[in-house]
Amino acid sequence: MDTDKTKNEIKERENAGKEMTSDDALLNEVTEGDYKYGFVTDIDTDIIPVGLDEDVVRLISRKKGEPQWMLDFRLKAFRYWLTLTPPKWAHLKIPDIDFQAISYYAAPVKKEGPKSLDEVDPELIKTFDRLGIPLQEQKQLTGMAVDAVMDSVSVKTTHKEALAERGIIFCSISEAVRDYPDLVKKYLGSVVSYKDNFYAALNSAVFSDGSFVYIPKGVRCPMELSTYFRINASGTGQFERTLIVADDDSYVSYLEGCTAPMRDENQLHAAIVEIVVEDRAEVKYSTVQNWYAGDKEGRGGVYNLVTKRGLCRGDYSKLSWTQVETGSAITWKYPSCVLAGRGATGEFYSVAVTRNYQQADTGTKMIHLAPDTRSTIVSKGISAGHSENSYRGLVKVTPAAEGARNYTQCDSLLLGSECGAHTFPYIDVMNPSAVVEHEATTSKISEDQIFYCNQRGISTEEAVGLIVNGYAKEVMNKLPMEFAVEAQRLLAITLEGSVG
Amino acid sequence: MNALNQYTDLYEANRAAVDAGSAPVLNRLRPEALDALKRIGRLPDKSDEGFEKTSVNDMFAPDFGVNINRMSLPVDVASSFRCGVPNLSTLLGIMVNDRFMPTATLVGNLPQGVTVCSLAKAAAEQPALVERYYGTAARADNAGTALNTLLSQDGIFIHVGKGVRLDKAIQIVDIFHSAFPLMAARRVLVVAEDGAKVAVLKCDHTQTGSERCLASEVIEIFAGRGAEVEWYDIEESDGSTSRYSQLYARQEGGSSLTVCGSTLTNGVTRNEYHIDVCGEHTVTHLSGMAIGSSSQHIDNFSVLRHGACHGHSDQLFKYVLDERSTGAFEGSIEVCHGSRFVEAYQSNRNILASKDARMHSKPQLLIYNDDVKCSHGATTGQLDEKAMFYMQTRGIPREEARRMLMQAFMADVIDTIALEPLRDRLRHMVERRFAGEKAGCRDCGAGC
Amino acid sequence: MSDEILLKVTDLRAKVEEKEILKGINLTVRPGEVHAIMGPNGSGKSTLSSVLAGNPAFTVTGGSVEFHGIDLLALPPEDRSHEGLFLSFQYPVEIPGVSMVNFMRAAVNAKREYFHEPALSAGDFLKLMRQKRAIVELDNKLASRSVNEGFSGGEKKRNEIFQMAVLEPRLSILDETDSGLDIDALRVVAGGVNQLKTSRNATIVITHYQRLLDYIKPDFVHVLYKGRIVRTGGPELALELEEKGYDWIKEENL
Repeated sequence: MDTDKTKNEIKERENAGKEMTSDDALLNEVTEGDYKYGFVTDIDTDIIPVGLDEDVVRLISRKKGEPQWMLDFRLKAFRYWLTLTPPKWAHLKIPDIDFQAISYYAAPVKKEGPKSLDEVDPELIKTFDRLGIPLQEQKQLTGMAVDAVMDSVSVKTTHKEALAERGIIFCSISEAVRDYPDLVKKYLGSVVSYKDNFYAALNSAVFSDGSFVYIPKGVRCPMELSTYFRINASGTGQFERTLIVADDDSYVSYLEGCTAPMRDENQLHAAIVEIVVEDRAEVKYSTVQNWYAGDKEGRGGVYNLVTKRGLCRGDYSKLSWTQVETGSAITWKYPSCVLAGRGATGEFYSVAVTRNYQQADTGTKMIHLAPDTRSTIVSKGISAGHSENSYRGLVKVTPAAEGARNYTQCDSLLLGSECGAHTFPYIDVMNPSAVVEHEATTSKISEDQIFYCNQRGISTEEAVGLIVNGYAKEVMNKLPMEFAVEAQRLLAITLEGSVG
Repeated sequence: MNALNQYTDLYEANRAAVDAGSAPVLNRLRPEALDALKRIGRLPDKSDEGFEKTSVNDMFAPDFGVNINRMSLPVDVASSFRCGVPNLSTLLGIMVNDRFMPTATLVGNLPQGVTVCSLAKAAAEQPALVERYYGTAARADNAGTALNTLLSQDGIFIHVGKGVRLDKAIQIVDIFHSAFPLMAARRVLVVAEDGAKVAVLKCDHTQTGSERCLASEVIEIFAGRGAEVEWYDIEESDGSTSRYSQLYARQEGGSSLTVCGSTLTNGVTRNEYHIDVCGEHTVTHLSGMAIGSSSQHIDNFSVLRHGACHGHSDQLFKYVLDERSTGAFEGSIEVCHGSRFVEAYQSNRNILASKDARMHSKPQLLIYNDDVKCSHGATTGQLDEKAMFYMQTRGIPREEARRMLMQAFMADVIDTIALEPLRDRLRHMVERRFAGEKAGCRDCGAGC
Repeated sequence: MSDEILLKVTDLRAKVEEKEILKGINLTVRPGEVHAIMGPNGSGKSTLSSVLAGNPAFTVTGGSVEFHGIDLLALPPEDRSHEGLFLSFQYPVEIPGVSMVNFMRAAVNAKREYFHEPALSAGDFLKLMRQKRAIVELDNKLASRSVNEGFSGGEKKRNEIFQMAVLEPRLSILDETDSGLDIDALRVVAGGVNQLKTSRNATIVITHYQRLLDYIKPDFVHVLYKGRIVRTGGPELALELEEKGYDWIKEENL
């Protein structure tokens, strides 16, 4: 039963992207608002039958050639998952998901891990090229190392050798299980326990692949590390797992991009990202999430149910989350910082755009456990169409967090009268020396601003793009340059036709 | 432990007595309330959204007595009360436990078109009028409210007829006086017909030497078209008192509503404000102040729902928490679909004055419409050290500087009160409260 | 001056919400002319400029506006701009996060696209900005700031004239450009307007006071009162108004 080779249907509905170089292009190219990553790649895929039981968990582990301890980890999580029900507290209408109707493993067929690019299926390289993710190292001018994950497995990691010279490990998590078992054993599940929540338990049981990063003591990673996630096969879920460990005095900037084909059915994405930041280390984690969001009537789209958390374990460590969320039919995601080291800093910068029938319930948790910890939250929500966009955040200052500081700014911009924008902050202060500030506003896009732009000859459509980008600038500025341009364009395109 | 059963059991065993001590219009809703309670099955506890820091179940759990048979109490309690608000000549009614006693100011002293009397009496004398409003704003499917509806036999009825503008404020004094642990289900119904104006000041007291007591309180306020209603509530009970107060207000077009609740001393308090804006061009001011020390617990919860266009609302809640006191605030602004041109603001500011004090804050916005201006803000911090130092360099002792700053911190809540003498009085009470004295009404002989 | 007509407003009526503000305006502007529209507060001066620019807050209830042969009222605001109508706002709008550079580039290129011209290169665009900035002595630093955000009153008005210089309109409407300006800023702004004046373009100056007209000399002065132009004359009319005040007009039009 193992290899059930299926060939995916060809549906080249592409409107492939041109190279994106400058703001100029951004402003001029804004013409087409449909989802441009909606193509399906025609490659051989190894998909296991739908359904989930212990045998499936064992099968996944066997397919990946995992050691016993890894299988034990999965089984423990699976058994726990069976006792749970999906959480209902978010301001989301999540249809009941039939977890037995999903295939938990899909992989592009290959003999072994590709040793060089020549061994990678050319269709696959084409896919990533089309996504703007060059896998051929000679083509890379951006100085970015890429790990590309297609469906369940890591396809190719670039620049591995250059990184290895500095002792940096950047590989797929399956390779890490094989090659660095001690590191994985030490850190996997240490930040997000399989008991954390329903989807975390599910992921821990069936996760297929993802990226592993280890930055040794004192090393500043010389390039941006990037993972590109792509769901391709139909009827599958993607359950990747990312683990980043930044040892003392190290620095890394990590980028994550996501796309999926246009399909009428819903696809499930339930990932876990765990980050450990040691003394004085700094991790920047940036996401541009553009999973397929469903069509104008709300059919199809990805359910993005993700647990992301970082543990700032070291003194004066720093973790910064930046996210630009434009995709997914449903987003349920709260990248969080546990500030356990003295003087640790947590940051969360988010832009979430919803339109049509998208629903997003996203935000962060800042858990202040140690003295002099600092956190900053800047969240910008933009809702259009019939969408529902919620910010949900927790700021918790425990008794030990002497002198903790938090500043939260949460703005919602409404484009249209059928959408909803909601703010649900939870603020718990248990230390009198802490200062916690939360400010939130909700307003519609200003007619005065649009008219002013109109008077200067700028069309309403373009004015909305300008104003929204201006509104989101504080967050966009936190993205690495290459990503910022892409994100800016994404924002403008996403909002097309939203104001009539 | 399910605290609800003892009350439903009590009711079921004493239906006839409960009804006999009340009026048909009030009795009419009891079976429905009982059904609702059986359906819900329990009172909210910390596992419920919106009750994270306050378990209503625990508040109701002790074995309280309920005075179903309407046994009378010593009358001197009421007669010894003196109003402590200078320059505010009020129309005074006293509620001892759950029994309403009018004072001379209310007898033959009311202008035409104004009724202030016992709710049971009003329900018996003007059943159609009371029936039109009683239980229509309060949510029948809410456990706390249903329990109050099930057990409350009397309360206060305030009715101001169409176009009548009552200049004098009405004052209600709630006093607990009991030699055994007591639960009192209090009920207030305020109706301001179209164009009417009324201001009500209520204060809660517990007489020293009283046993542990619990107030279950449901207040319904109706502001007709163009009506102006002010509702001020000051709690000065003691550490043995728990209070679960639920206010439901409905505002028609062009009305204005001012609600300000102050908790100066208490045991465990949960105040809920459910305000429904049903008509256009309304103004709503909702504010609250909480001063906590020892192990006081103060939880304010608000839902301000804009169901019509052109509404303006402001919410302001401030807390100063000292020693081991805890505070919770959850407030939401809801703008319904189609309610355009709404401006709604909410602010929650808190000061933690000791290392053991705790604050939980959860402001929320739920907006289903684009043509709105809404914001909320929440801060939790401490007194401004720079200001404190500056005052010290000018010779003000640190403790006094601290008191002055805390007092100043509360100034804008006090300023939301429209009645000037009350503002002055509350300012003074807050000052004394921060000075560590029991604020109490100076000339009051009630010993509370 | 020529026989050519740049703007012809005929019996223009407009309302905001349910209130009629313009009650039949007639106005003809030829290239090379400067018209001043004066009037007491609430007479409809700003409404007229808003309606001409196409502010959606106002509804036109009657009349017509012809702008060099085009039916102006049929165009959306951005096309009116492309066709050469510029409004200097009484209260320039702040747009947080949008830099002046991006804003102006969007405006310039939208106009070029309208006339099927290629977009300006970054270099040419920056050159244009530099050159035009000099006209109103606008600080270079303002270019990198967000549109009008945190600008002083004077900076905002200079910024308006700077945009006018960049967009090279055929008809500029200066709505209360003098309000909130000290005498030095007024001189700079008026100097900018005068520099941009040619025999091919025209200016409508809307003002409450005669002061600005000392710097921008009008050929015609119109008095707007209760939604109608009640009097038209030469520059001397402005002086007369200054002397006698608006009560004089009010009395005449009781």
